[in-house]
Amino acid sequence: MNMTTALMRLLIFPGLLFAIPAAWFFLWVERKAVARMQGRIGPPFMQPFYDFIKLLGKQVPPRPGVGGMLMKAWPLLALASAGGAVGLLPVLPASGGFEGDLILLLALLEVPSMCIIAAGFSSRSIFGEIGSAREAVLSVSYNVVFLLAILSIAASQHSFRLEALAQLPFSPLQIVGVLALLVCLPAKLHLNPFSLPNAEQEIYAGPMTEYAGPELAMWELAHGLEFVAATGLVATLIAPQLTLWWLGALVFVALSFAIVLLLSVVAAATARLQIDTSVRFYWQCTLIFAVLAVASALFMRFRS
Amino acid sequence: MKLWNRLMCYCRRRSPWLFHMNSGSCNGCDIELIASLTPRYDAEQLGVLHEGSPRHADILCISGPVTHNAAQAIRTVYGQVYGPKAVVAIGSCPASMNVFIDSRTLDGPLDKHIPVDVYVPGCPPRPDAILQGVAKAAEILAARGNNQPAFEAAAEAKPEEVQK
Repeated sequence: MNMTTALMRLLIFPGLLFAIPAAWFFLWVERKAVARMQGRIGPPFMQPFYDFIKLLGKQVPPRPGVGGMLMKAWPLLALASAGGAVGLLPVLPASGGFEGDLILLLALLEVPSMCIIAAGFSSRSIFGEIGSAREAVLSVSYNVVFLLAILSIAASQHSFRLEALAQLPFSPLQIVGVLALLVCLPAKLHLNPFSLPNAEQEIYAGPMTEYAGPELAMWELAHGLEFVAATGLVATLIAPQLTLWWLGALVFVALSFAIVLLLSVVAAATARLQIDTSVRFYWQCTLIFAVLAVASALFMRFRS
Repeated sequence: MKLWNRLMCYCRRRSPWLFHMNSGSCNGCDIELIASLTPRYDAEQLGVLHEGSPRHADILCISGPVTHNAAQAIRTVYGQVYGPKAVVAIGSCPASMNVFIDSRTLDGPLDKHIPVDVYVPGCPPRPDAILQGVAKAAEILAARGNNQPAFEAAAEAKPEEVQK
């Protein structure tokens, strides 16, 4: 991958120029789908954009000292890494890539959640600390399944390149792996059965309690980009191989949209679980997916 | 710059986030406020979100006649909301202290403590009246821009006081 394609991918497609409107669109889809499921009409189409602009125009809270500087840095770091993760997705056929970009993508997907944990603790609000502790416990739980599923797919393809993952042939491993990833997505995106870290009203706003104005806008945008990156990762695993680039992009967007819709329907249909129930769910119930994925990856390796 | 200001004005009108505070209310108005978020009235069509943290809010909704205990809390929370902000007084109590007017436990009405932009009278007001009040407050918010109304009592409440 040379410099120009890398910049094109980071800035245009599937990078920022595409990803920021897509992030707002997915945030809207999530709110609208939940509203429709509850028999409401829901927010207008441009709502996440209005919210973003309005938050940019709010007063900036005074944040003196090193703690204040850190608090300002966390949302920007989360935003940058979520944007970088979107830029790495192998959406277009023959779009290049490099050996080990899967590992970089997984690391970048993990950074926003670490930023949330750090932000909650550095805000020194009691609700922020509770939210951060929950996020930390939850991320330890779901990441076992998430990483095992992705890594077993990579092992079956003998490569840590994302392009190799996108060319995964149809197999039981693909089904098990995608199912395992889908089970982890609500926890990764803080959606309803596992919306523990930012549990609205219950612990005020969790790690975001002390954030206001432009900083909150950055968090919202980072959350939207996380939506695009995480659903996009699953979409690239499902998407069939296409030679036409525009068809590939279209299929990618349609699949991401379908996954967001599925997640929102699950979010609207469920209530928030307790933290110990969630942790038990990930450690006991979904570990079977990870075991199956690893087993089928080993099986595929021995057969090939 | 002018275009940016007009866009900001437009967006402020369409995205009012609420923070609700009870200052000794009998819960009647609180129930009606929550009812305005339910499927029948669906405040989210106006972009309204009910926020858990006053830091995120634009509009402070206060119900109840102001008790002595609540008076300082109201000033603190008003300081915690970052501007531009507006205040909606929900029900007759914050406007006039209603039937509790001669009680020695009260320190009302609300506009003694913070500047109030919209009064929604009623005991309790209907959810559609509350929605109208919130929409009006959002318009005031958009028209006002960055200029907060000067108010002596509000100047006392410093946001730094509550931060550690």
